[in-house]
Amino acid sequence: MADAVLFEFLHTEMVAELWARDPDPGSGGKKKSLSVLEGLGFRVGQALGERLPRETLAFREELDALKFLCKDLWAAMFQKHMDGLRTNHQGTYVLQDNSFPLFITMGSGSQYLEEAPKFLAFTCGLLCGALHTLGFQSLVTASVAALPACKFQVVIQKY
Amino acid sequence: MAVCIAVIAKENYPLYIRSTPTEDELKFHYMVHTSLDVVDEKISAMGKALVDQRELYLGLLYPTEDYKVYGYVTNSKVKFVMVVDSSNTALRDNEIRSMFRKLHNSYTDVMCNPFYNPGDRIQSRAFDNMVTSMMIQVC
Repeated sequence: MADAVLFEFLHTEMVAELWARDPDPGSGGKKKSLSVLEGLGFRVGQALGERLPRETLAFREELDALKFLCKDLWAAMFQKHMDGLRTNHQGTYVLQDNSFPLFITMGSGSQYLEEAPKFLAFTCGLLCGALHTLGFQSLVTASVAALPACKFQVVIQKY
Repeated sequence: MAVCIAVIAKENYPLYIRSTPTEDELKFHYMVHTSLDVVDEKISAMGKALVDQRELYLGLLYPTEDYKVYGYVTNSKVKFVMVVDSSNTALRDNEIRSMFRKLHNSYTDVMCNPFYNPGDRIQSRAFDNMVTSMMIQVC
């Protein structure tokens, strides 16, 4: 299906463009680009969080919302489900994806490990935005041990 | 058919409210405000009862002698409230449901509009036109 790659190409260009603008990144420029990407993902996540759950019934609790993220949101974005969801039942969830589609083209193993976080920022923002529309304030971070597997850690903030 | 339509945000402030007879608008604003309590009651009742089905459509919230008020909640806790004329007895449940579905679709389109910041008042003309078409259907 050609549709899936369209988003991948667009995403790659977004990351490249944001990095090309800062010829001398340093730590300040890098952080700014990462937060710009997260902001983009957040707004997209808000819109997706409104559009996708339309036909599904109301979520009864947090876990339902996380399951929706793992199944419906991931299927809509990347045409696959999330491979693993773990929780400590106290508001922290770890979402595991063993073959993240944006990493498959980059390679497998530990090459390009330092470049990986750039490509995860948008998706972190996406998860955060979708959760925000569903009514949960959250903090999403991502970590990569070996391409193409990655983990997203979601901490739901109770206030 | 509908006399007044309101879109209320998660934090219970109005994102959009419009009524047809433009005099006496305050009365409708007040009705929508009081109906929010009933909506909250229904939402919490749904949470406690171990019902398998959790519907988005809340149904008739409360009837007054002139008007009937219907409610609908989205998954993002945005509420739609519709006030219809009681004298119009031809309106069936299915029609109200389809009107809410149209509202939900238009609201989703507004959300996806990049020029719209979530939380602002809805100023989209397309949304306005859709609401107008629902209100001016009196023969």
